[in-house]
Amino acid sequence: MNYETHEHDVLVIGAGGAGLRAAVEVSAKGLSVGVVSKSLLGKAHTVMAEGGIAAAMANVDAKDSWQTHFSDTMKGGKFLNNWRMAQLHAQESPDRIRELEDWGALFDRTPDGEILQRAFGGHTYKRLCHVGDRTGLEMIRTLQDKGVHSGIDVYMELTIFRLLKDGGKIAGAIGYWRKTGEFVVFKTKAIVLATGGGGKAYQITSNSWECTGDGHALAYEAGAELIDMEFFQFHPTGMVWPPGVKGLLVTEGVRGEGGLLTNNKKERFMQRYDPKMMELSTRDMVARSIYTEVKEGRGSPHGGVFLDISHLAAERVKKKLPSMYHQFKELADVDITREPMEVGPTAHYMMGGVRVDAETGASTIPGLFACGEVTGGMHGANRLGGNSLSDLVVFGRRAGMGAAEYARKLNSFPLLDQGELEKAAKDMETPFQRSGDENPYQIHRELQESMQSLVGIFRMEEDLKKGINKIEELKHRAAKLAVKGERTYNPGWHLVGDLKSLLTVSEAVANAALTRKESRGAHSRIDYPNMDEKFGKLNVVVSRKNGEMNISTSPVPEMPEELKRLLAENK
Amino acid sequence: MPDVTFKVFRGDAKGGQAIDYPVPIAPGMVVLDALHYIQGYLAPDLAVRWNCKAAKCGSCSAEVNGKPALMCKTRLDSLPTGRPITVYPMKTFPVIKDLVCDVSWNYDVNKKIPPYRPAKDGRKIYQEDVDRVQEFRKCIECFLCQDVCHVLREHEKKAEFAGPRFFVRLAGLEMHPNDITDRSEFLKNSSGLGLCNITKCCTEVCPEEIHITDNAIIPLKERVADRFFDPLRWVFAKIFGRK
Repeated sequence: MNYETHEHDVLVIGAGGAGLRAAVEVSAKGLSVGVVSKSLLGKAHTVMAEGGIAAAMANVDAKDSWQTHFSDTMKGGKFLNNWRMAQLHAQESPDRIRELEDWGALFDRTPDGEILQRAFGGHTYKRLCHVGDRTGLEMIRTLQDKGVHSGIDVYMELTIFRLLKDGGKIAGAIGYWRKTGEFVVFKTKAIVLATGGGGKAYQITSNSWECTGDGHALAYEAGAELIDMEFFQFHPTGMVWPPGVKGLLVTEGVRGEGGLLTNNKKERFMQRYDPKMMELSTRDMVARSIYTEVKEGRGSPHGGVFLDISHLAAERVKKKLPSMYHQFKELADVDITREPMEVGPTAHYMMGGVRVDAETGASTIPGLFACGEVTGGMHGANRLGGNSLSDLVVFGRRAGMGAAEYARKLNSFPLLDQGELEKAAKDMETPFQRSGDENPYQIHRELQESMQSLVGIFRMEEDLKKGINKIEELKHRAAKLAVKGERTYNPGWHLVGDLKSLLTVSEAVANAALTRKESRGAHSRIDYPNMDEKFGKLNVVVSRKNGEMNISTSPVPEMPEELKRLLAENK
Repeated sequence: MPDVTFKVFRGDAKGGQAIDYPVPIAPGMVVLDALHYIQGYLAPDLAVRWNCKAAKCGSCSAEVNGKPALMCKTRLDSLPTGRPITVYPMKTFPVIKDLVCDVSWNYDVNKKIPPYRPAKDGRKIYQEDVDRVQEFRKCIECFLCQDVCHVLREHEKKAEFAGPRFFVRLAGLEMHPNDITDRSEFLKNSSGLGLCNITKCCTEVCPEEIHITDNAIIPLKERVADRFFDPLRWVFAKIFGRK
């Protein structure tokens, strides 16, 4: 078959903060770059980021430094982080923020004209640069406009469903235009995955429809290693009512600005769980605490707890948290300047993902790079709020540089394997030729229910095994899915592809969770409630061997002595 | 709770018709919830564009009961009961399928806008300077303002008129405290600013409550007038440069 074909030195898959930052970098190196976006440009999940971007700029707390940011990140991640990623992140994020400003971003200011920074969970100092509670929008618009004027080619509403290799190395990818349903082939020297996370595996999630773990699945299928998949962050504060918005994010900025968490006995229950940090404890801790309060009967009417910011002046709330004010007012009939919100945990962020080299974002497959949420290692067992937006720009830039350098060294484009290409196209088309009543939406609902109840905040062996069996059953059913309608903008067809990614991600999360027989960060085992030193030195690795999912472990990279000393000093 | 009938446009560029779907109602439900129910249970191929479901991404614009709106923000209890709820795609853009239209024209316009260029000396910026511009930067690109603007909707002047969304962007750039690009030629000759006769339809429909007409369009019109039609200023600019 002859397919529409495009050629780029580097293809970036994903147009959120990480993908756009990577593309800008490739373009700056003088190479041709294409960016593929599953949605329209500027709608990626980065747009939902609210509270801020973490960087030790020391504008508000002069004592802040990269060293403290590094220590906070490692502590938050329960020391499972890739130390080099955490170090580069802490050292480089202030420059990346100044750079965003050079490209036109406008953050909230201190009285003396510097970028204002707010407090956030797990950060020793006021560290989050922000724009009210719409920091992600500011970032994505800045990067979008920078990208558009840097000469990058953007392919909007195009979904990649297979990476193509030439022998062992990356050679291209195949996808389809949603608008026409037609296939598109990309010939490329290097690919940067920047596809974000897979929150849509869960029923209650802050994630948008796009977050189906496509990059995790594409990389896994191509033979790359995934690490830390057992660590799925449940953000402590999602909306719990009305039903249609259950899971929608309530920014940590509410607590950063002084919001208080209480139960139905009007107790500030964080006193029981983390009396030192209280509301600004790390997300894993606050999520577990809220879950426990609700489970023990001290919850709010709709099954959450109360989050109250009404003690602040109404004008200040509207100024610093405008979209929270509108979100509650319009969707839940709650005026947050006068009454408390009801909130509960919501699946939010994947710490796990493609194993990459810290400096270049290179995966274990030649030519395949990754950055942002699709990678693992940076955040260890639990991510601190604000460290994701900075991750996007620090490692977006680095993956862009890594991919550009790799592409430059290849004299010619690798060859596409026509057989592999045809097979990928056929696999994607087959659902139209099948008949049957199996509905992709039904399978998605069952997956979400199982992940929520069996692979959720608290886990135990029996549940995880049940979950794995259910995923196996759903995989078989998904392989028989029939699609109705035309190829043009058909969401049912699209969901068949998304499900494939979601099922791979879910299988990886459940199996990794079964393997880690301890509780650490976002991974809480009822049957192994304590941290186990042995597991503290291991990453769980997921990879594909002979068509099956293979789970193994590998040692956490050893930190140099000076960083060990630094952590000991900052304890 | 009882079912409500949704009359949803099904079709493409060649034409189509509204199809009735009965949808069970839950408390606090929005129009987008109903469309997800239809997709999940009644019509898996119903094309709807959406992302965040929180009024932050601006993807789910449509015309609900004839009124341009974000479907994720339109509560069913804000609509009249006892009769069907109609959902149609935005009228100003060509339909791709069902509720999804081709909004790519907007992205083409954006590319033509002379980009941000910072002053060389990265000077300090104060909150007062930021406040005015931040209003424009709230825009979520839902394109509802483009949809209602009669210059685009009735007169179809897409070739010569950038539309309210891009006047907002232009205002954001022009009033950026650290920007030095001169966009006056673009504003006067390419943006079609003069075609706007300030009926404020865009302002009324903006889900971010940006005062598009008063705060963006009128000041831009004044800039053009000052620049090109004020003789004193013209001489001054010739000698000292703009800004």
